[in-house]
Amino acid sequence: MTSAVLLRGGRVIDPSQSLNGVADVLIVDGKIEALGERVANDAAGRHGLETIDCAGLVVSPGFVDVHCHLREPGREDVETIATGARAAAAGGFTAVCAMPNTDPVTDNQAAVGFIIRQASLANAARVYPIGAISLGQKGEALAEFGEMVGAGAVAVSDDGKPVASAHLMRTALEYARTFGIPVADHCEEPTLAAAGAMNEGLVSARLGLKGIPSEAEEIMAIRDILLARRTMGHVHLCHMSTRGSVELIRWGKDRGIGVTAEVCPHHLSLTEDAVEGYNTNAKMNPPLRTADDVVALQEAVRDGTIDLIATDHAPHHYDAKEREFADAPNGIIGLETALAVNITWLVATGVIDLPLLVERMSCAPARVFKLPGGTLRRGSPADVTVFDPESSWIVEPSRFKSKGRNTPYSGRTLTGRTRYTLVGGTMVHREPT
Amino acid sequence: MTLSLGKDLLGLEPLSGEQIKLILDTAEPFKEISERTIKKVPTLRGATIVNLFFEASTRTRISFEFAEKRLSADTVNVASSGSSVAKGETLVDTARNLEAMRIDMVVIRHGASGAAQFLAERIESNVINAGDGTHEHPTQGLLDLLTLRDHFKRLEGVRVCIVGDVLHSRVARSCIWGLKRVGAEVAVCGPRSLLPSAIEELGGGVTVFRRVEEAIEWADALNVLRLQLERMTAGYIPSLREYNRVFGITRERLERAPRDVLILHPGPMNRGVEIDSDVADGPFSVILDQVTNGVAIRMAVLYMLSGGRPELAEAAKGGKREEGRGKRGGDDD
Repeated sequence: MTSAVLLRGGRVIDPSQSLNGVADVLIVDGKIEALGERVANDAAGRHGLETIDCAGLVVSPGFVDVHCHLREPGREDVETIATGARAAAAGGFTAVCAMPNTDPVTDNQAAVGFIIRQASLANAARVYPIGAISLGQKGEALAEFGEMVGAGAVAVSDDGKPVASAHLMRTALEYARTFGIPVADHCEEPTLAAAGAMNEGLVSARLGLKGIPSEAEEIMAIRDILLARRTMGHVHLCHMSTRGSVELIRWGKDRGIGVTAEVCPHHLSLTEDAVEGYNTNAKMNPPLRTADDVVALQEAVRDGTIDLIATDHAPHHYDAKEREFADAPNGIIGLETALAVNITWLVATGVIDLPLLVERMSCAPARVFKLPGGTLRRGSPADVTVFDPESSWIVEPSRFKSKGRNTPYSGRTLTGRTRYTLVGGTMVHREPT
Repeated sequence: MTLSLGKDLLGLEPLSGEQIKLILDTAEPFKEISERTIKKVPTLRGATIVNLFFEASTRTRISFEFAEKRLSADTVNVASSGSSVAKGETLVDTARNLEAMRIDMVVIRHGASGAAQFLAERIESNVINAGDGTHEHPTQGLLDLLTLRDHFKRLEGVRVCIVGDVLHSRVARSCIWGLKRVGAEVAVCGPRSLLPSAIEELGGGVTVFRRVEEAIEWADALNVLRLQLERMTAGYIPSLREYNRVFGITRERLERAPRDVLILHPGPMNRGVEIDSDVADGPFSVILDQVTNGVAIRMAVLYMLSGGRPELAEAAKGGKREEGRGKRGGDDD
């Protein structure tokens, strides 16, 4: 039996085809069948056609998040692959990459296969596993990249922990070349960042919290860039947070080095001031930095120095954040606020336009991690997001699909909301109106 | 404009100069109580106060306890070593349990910066910060100010240099805020590895002296911080011996000063490390005056947070807490 969906009259933004204008999108059997102005007429009368009125809405390739923590296996009380995949769908993401810092660590083909299986049962966003760089993320012996890729891993990372050993990073970059996958690094020089709880600066001096200097990130960023040059490998720098990192990435890209980079919505919108009052929902690693860093990161998103936006979605139990700041865990959730935060702080302020936002949230992540999606080309899987770029809403964490409630945006009014999310032509999220 | 302190005393940063001066003024009449044969007034009779000490403390805990007892409050001491994490019960559960026992005030000492505020936001009782991590220790800052004012008869324009491990010092932060708020001039001096990176900008401007000799030449008073032995093992300084040679407050250094320099120290002292014995015990040391003033300051803070009116503090010593119920008899004292 064939199924067909017509997304009618929306503003289609697909940077992969340089499209930005009102058009209809016809989806048949899970694939993009046709796209254009006359599609509705051709589709009329098709048996079993579901028509969705997209007037005033943006129709784009589904968002792809290359960096999130779904906590399964190990902390199913905090998030599961299913709840994470549903949160992703609610946020307009049609595919997410799950970081391997689970318990046990996703460092072998069986663990990768488990994530693929759980994801297939979720009926929500696609979930692509990222395997560990080192066994147990201990920073010592390389994990079996080849077998993990065979089982479905799309990248390797020891995220959550820095790769302290330059030798390990070098061999990982070299070894990953065989499989054509990026090595995603959480840049943190461990001795400089040790016991740090927030950005090092005036606010940390006032609050009496141990600071993490920008250099803790930048030293590892340039180490990785230099190792990528040496190895001809592909290093992907996770959650960049400082102006200095931006300048180093620009230096590397100018020289044709294989470096790509991501930034999180919170680092594009908030500063260290959000920690004021010891707000544990503003505690993450890398920490929120200064207004000057935010400006530099926004500019880097605009000019492409930073390739893509990723959430670093990191759910924690309510109790874990309800404690002394220094003892609270790092991380905030992001899947269900990313679009709105990006529209509110980047698009509404004129830093970037909607097509560039779609590029940074969909096309670029798919391209950099070599994932399906990121396009509405005819014949490609119908991973589509329909969103309202004008709709304002108040963030109420209790309404999230994620099990996490740890967000610094609670109570804030944001602009931009997902309306429909389709994965392989199947509606996996429909915003109640 | 109200000069009330509000519900809690969490730090000196949020206070105005007027509020700080009011606390110092309120402490004046309380000084005398500790000089009496019978050191007790009924001011806080019936009030229940919990001294919640998650970190070891002798001086501060005893000082608070004396202040409470001399005001006739009922007190309970809860001491718990180690972090609340190690202890098992979370701070939020501790807070809820205290609240359920209907206490009036909590004095908290905790190893985590922000712990006092965390508690204050979750219970209705008054919370007094007796030192939170490396954040603030407001009653210590206040007793430093009172001691300086006793000596100089003013605080505006007095030059105070805080010497030592400012990075890890809650005493330093409270002292800096307090001094800045009342118009004193503030400087710090110490190894750069033990000063916060943004120290120059703190409180709208703090002078940094590279060498302790320059600080001594400039200052009217030095507040000498305790140097923790752990700073050496953590790699902040090479040795205590070298620290003493480069930054130690010695009689030789003070003798070269253009004026007499008042010496404060929050205690406990490492004699021969940050301060030499002949300085600590010398004619310009007010270290024990600080301890004496500590009790008066804590009495004043307890009195004000419990709703007592500062202008009635003198009268309150003889009678009950004045809570605006028409007892004005002692107003003219």
